[in-house]
Amino acid sequence: MTATTRPGFKARSDAALANPTLKTAIDRTTGTAERKRAAALARFAEYEAARSRGSAIKDHVIANLDHYLEMFERNATASGAKVHWAATESEACDIVIRLCREAGAKRVTRSKSMLGEEIGLPDALGSAGIERVETDLAEHIIQLAGEHPSHIIWPAMHRTREQVAELFNADHKPPPADDEAASMVQSARHVLREKFLSADVGISGANFLIADTGATCTVTNEGNAELTTTPPRVHIVTAGIEKLVPSTSHAMALLRLLVRSATGGELTQYTTFHCGPKRPGDADGPEKMHIVLVDNGRSEMIANEFRDMLRCIRCGACMNHCVVYRQIGGHAYGGTYPGPMGAVLTPVLDGLAQSRDLPFACTMNGRCAEVCPVEIPLPTLLRAWRGRSWRAGLEGATMRAGLGAWAGLARRPGLYRMASGIGVRALRLLGRSGWIGSLPFAGGWTRHRDLPGPTGGTFMERYKAERGKRPEDRR
Amino acid sequence: MTDASRPRVGLFVTCLVDAIRPEIGFAAIRLLEDAGCDVEVPTRQTCCGQPAYNSGDDASTAAVARQVIAAFEPFDHLIVPSGSCAGTIRHGYPTLLASDSEWGPRAARLAEKTHEIMSYLVDIRDYTPDGLRLEGSATYHDSCAGLRELGIHDQPRRLLAAVDSLEMRPLDGENVCCGFGGTFCVKYPAISNAIVDEKADAIERSGADMLLAGDLGCLMNMAGKLNRRGSKVRCFHTIEILAGGGDGPAIGEKP
Repeated sequence: MTATTRPGFKARSDAALANPTLKTAIDRTTGTAERKRAAALARFAEYEAARSRGSAIKDHVIANLDHYLEMFERNATASGAKVHWAATESEACDIVIRLCREAGAKRVTRSKSMLGEEIGLPDALGSAGIERVETDLAEHIIQLAGEHPSHIIWPAMHRTREQVAELFNADHKPPPADDEAASMVQSARHVLREKFLSADVGISGANFLIADTGATCTVTNEGNAELTTTPPRVHIVTAGIEKLVPSTSHAMALLRLLVRSATGGELTQYTTFHCGPKRPGDADGPEKMHIVLVDNGRSEMIANEFRDMLRCIRCGACMNHCVVYRQIGGHAYGGTYPGPMGAVLTPVLDGLAQSRDLPFACTMNGRCAEVCPVEIPLPTLLRAWRGRSWRAGLEGATMRAGLGAWAGLARRPGLYRMASGIGVRALRLLGRSGWIGSLPFAGGWTRHRDLPGPTGGTFMERYKAERGKRPEDRR
Repeated sequence: MTDASRPRVGLFVTCLVDAIRPEIGFAAIRLLEDAGCDVEVPTRQTCCGQPAYNSGDDASTAAVARQVIAAFEPFDHLIVPSGSCAGTIRHGYPTLLASDSEWGPRAARLAEKTHEIMSYLVDIRDYTPDGLRLEGSATYHDSCAGLRELGIHDQPRRLLAAVDSLEMRPLDGENVCCGFGGTFCVKYPAISNAIVDEKADAIERSGADMLLAGDLGCLMNMAGKLNRRGSKVRCFHTIEILAGGGDGPAIGEKP
């Protein structure tokens, strides 16, 4: 995905903070997600064991990725599907567009896929003059609004019901009977039904790629993936290579973690394994099935400090529990993936120079890692980006100079004592009432909160005085 | 290890306590001595290095880390009145110096004997404060590094339960970050402000007279926000209360 890093993270997050309906919408969705996940895990006594096993499955696949990719290709091919390999997002889009053209496609349906967003497929289809119909209810909303998803599970969570009603009233013919959720769902179902049946190509993502059967697996709650992948003549799957698992039972082990962590359910309404095109005797199904396996930076991550990120199963728990995401929402992040996992992945996908705010816009509180069902040490990975940013000289000159001066003092305790003594005396002059309401060079702090002034001399000065002798003598 | 029944501990004061609120350092000394420790304050300490560590400047952090290791390795234990500084020494230093054949093992040895003070008092010293009484109510915020890097949750509550007449009130989102985040709060002030504003709402909803926590950074953030909002909630480091200082000026109050 491109063209989303303007006008800059700070401007985007300021705009998000100034939007009161956004905060209401975020709180509703993430608050519910947090409660339901907690309740689901409270009923899942073996969660910690399942979590260790889930992490181990993903680590094993990543360590043997070539083996499982070949196994998957062999078995998918044997099932009658054709496997395509894409190194980059543009290669992936080119393959999909070519396949659509070969199928003579005028209209394609698409069931929600973050990988599709990552490679910029919606725009690529538009540029190719192919009508794209998003079939996931939230993606339908996003398409009508001309937006990108703001959450990987609930793409339209930034919009309130009232805002959705406006979109549907303008687009749906006839418009929904009223603004109730049930009427709006009914209306979307009516609009989409005809498109499901008339599409030439259906494009889906995959939650899992099953190596030993060559099947792809999708999980949805709306059944739209089934209607996207079954009626059209051609089914195209786009999936990242990290979605591989050795077998169906491994997919099931991860599914138990994925659904609980994402929605708090035990299982999604629909869990479908797509194995090859329609076979003789099948009542329905596509004539052709293509699977586009996308690398797009992933194989590079195997060899660098971001390898653990390849375990991610895209549940969204990290963003639901992130204090920053819960203030600014997903669009402010400016990449395909928001929240903590997005802050790790966006620099991989868009480059660190484009997205260097993301690893820093984090308090390092660790809650994301705590709730991650595959034990990804997200703060550690964000810290790794901070290190890369520093070494690449991307940090501003003021910050570098300030930290340089601080480091020079911190490494010279005698000098540090002197400087902190002077600093504390200066602060005490400003904070005679106890509080300091405004401080030059510290506007970031005092614009929003008061600074407690020092209560007296430094600890080291007072300690020395109280003990009646130089603390140096005590060593 | 010297006499195990009377360990020799080095107090890592932390840069914020040194500059802003030395009372916390003196409270730490009182509690550690009361818990049967010989306390020393090595002078070759400044800061644990988090400003550099959180900015990605690993070289400067490593230089500060080596200085802390050298100053504190003679002691039986290194004690810190902050979960985030203790977490940096316990987890950050060994990771940062892992590939250094000399300093890596020294960092690992120091990490093992480094403790945040409340967990040290409870888990290692089995200490319960005696004869404490404080009228009023308080609520407790779990600072993130202490909670998640060091597993500090029950220890402060157990210690505070020993204070007579002090009513502890629940805090909504007690385990949710206050928005401080070290350099984060000045790099992204608007986001930090939105987070701490919600935290201040929760603190006020608790109806408590006092807010207690185990990290001065978080406390300065929350206290500063509460004061800006005109709130009357008084903020203390938990160990100030445990050392009998609840009657003195709270954070930001004129001494």
